[in-house]
Amino acid sequence: MLLTHEDIVSIGLSMKVALTATALSLPFGFAVAWLIVFKQFRGKVLLEVFVNLPLTLPPVVIGYFLLLLLGKNGWLGHLLAESGIQIIFTWKAAVLASATVGFPLLVRSIRLGMESIDRQLIEASRSLGAHWYDTLLTIILPLSLRGILAGSSLMFARSLGEFGATIIVAGNIPGVTQTIPLAIYDYASSPSSTAMALSLCLVSVIISVTVLFLHELLSRKLDQARAL
Amino acid sequence: MKLHIDIKKKLGDFSLQVKSDIAGERTGIFGESGSGKSTLVHLISGLTEPDKGEIMLDGEYLFSSRKKINLAPERRRIAIVFQQAMLFPHLNVKANLLYGYKRCRAENRHIKPEMLVNQLQLQPLLERGVENLSGGEKQRVALGRAVLANPRLLLMDEPLSALDDTLRFQIIPYLRSVSEKFGIPYLFISHSLTEMQLITDHILEIKNGLSLDETTPEQLARNRMAQSPNGYLNLLRLSSPRREHGLFAYQWGKNSLLVSAGEQAAESLFELSSREIILFKKHPEAISARNLLECTVTEMFESDGRIGIVLSVNGEKLVAEIVRSAAEELNIKPLSTLFAAIKASSFRRLASSQD
Repeated sequence: MLLTHEDIVSIGLSMKVALTATALSLPFGFAVAWLIVFKQFRGKVLLEVFVNLPLTLPPVVIGYFLLLLLGKNGWLGHLLAESGIQIIFTWKAAVLASATVGFPLLVRSIRLGMESIDRQLIEASRSLGAHWYDTLLTIILPLSLRGILAGSSLMFARSLGEFGATIIVAGNIPGVTQTIPLAIYDYASSPSSTAMALSLCLVSVIISVTVLFLHELLSRKLDQARAL
Repeated sequence: MKLHIDIKKKLGDFSLQVKSDIAGERTGIFGESGSGKSTLVHLISGLTEPDKGEIMLDGEYLFSSRKKINLAPERRRIAIVFQQAMLFPHLNVKANLLYGYKRCRAENRHIKPEMLVNQLQLQPLLERGVENLSGGEKQRVALGRAVLANPRLLLMDEPLSALDDTLRFQIIPYLRSVSEKFGIPYLFISHSLTEMQLITDHILEIKNGLSLDETTPEQLARNRMAQSPNGYLNLLRLSSPRREHGLFAYQWGKNSLLVSAGEQAAESLFELSSREIILFKKHPEAISARNLLECTVTEMFESDGRIGIVLSVNGEKLVAEIVRSAAEELNIKPLSTLFAAIKASSFRRLASSQD
């Protein structure tokens, strides 16, 4: 396997971006899934459409919107610039791009997990003296763990592969914002770098397989813990 | 316990209107499937909000549309035992039992876990996962969990209907112990008259979403005798069985009864339909039925054209059912002496003490 120093930085950056995007999205994904599954409110359909929108939009479009929002003249970018925070063309922008693109996958999985919870378990919890937030933490959260796990794995994998939105909003700066897909894109542009591109492809496959294995392992552990 | 209910709730095409003052410690809510019993459970416990009206428990408003009061479920201290046990699958038996107890204020913790575990015989189950329990064990844990929350009122929403007959009658003494041993009043919801007779003292009947007058299990059984497929179901506690000519000879008070579906247990509960009893004005000369009992008519009642004859057999009560013409022909009146013939195979065993 042929890996340059920059490739290793790209691998590290990809892992960092995917992990951060997944970890940051988890509480929001859980809250949104809970709202959609358990709450009745006006505008629920709009929320569902908005959450799922990144699934149907081309990632480049998402990247462009993020660029408009976070750029120097953007509404949020302007405010952040005044506070001395630079997002665009940093690894943080890659995190935002990955989080936006992967968020619907995370919500969908957690939602599926929550929908499988029998409503009477929640009613039992409330009638036994638990406040809604107590029920959320002691019943809904643990019973959604499988969904959370599946969603996190999906989102992590999606973040690893994120290309379109990332290249728009974070650029393709080797050693700074160049993730594995961007590095492969660079190698693919040059016919002499096939071996390098293939090496990074192999790394991607290894990471993805590891994530899937971990997911299966943790799922089984959860099932075993429940069966005891 | 005093529960005042005067509420209206519309759910799609279905409308529930209940007005009642419940004062008993062991009250049944009786009604056919779809009559609105479970909706009432949701409304009393605060899981669903009524459209209009008020609910008061021991003088405290739980809900009042006029006063704009709607206490959250966790503040009502009304626990529920569901049809399916609804144990938390990620917690073991012990953690399930303590779920409500931990959330109960210290000053309200009158029932301690040790007392309950002994009473419901849960000790061997404590460390087990709930997925591995039998249906009866699950329901006992669910009952224990609800009792340990030290509620002011316990709502039992058809807790026996998911169990087979054997398990059902094993659980009944535990259900009764909620009020007898722990002093917690309950509302027992069911569509089974037999369960009502064994578990409750008063009944509020709900029909098509409307509450009817309060009655007793006995009165309800009499009212429904004609329309019920098995007539009036006599519940007999028979004891000390011994084998006799391939049958079981049981003691029933001062009487002896021959039963084919018996079991060697100190005491068994049997069901006998009022339609399985044949009445004779005089002692018949020869008869194939293995039980012939001399009895006195204590009371007569009518149910949709059928006549219920309440008999005293050496102090034990039995209800037989005949048509009006038979009652007239035999000239049956209170204090008449009759002979009741019952086949040994007419008794249906519900439970035995060793089960």
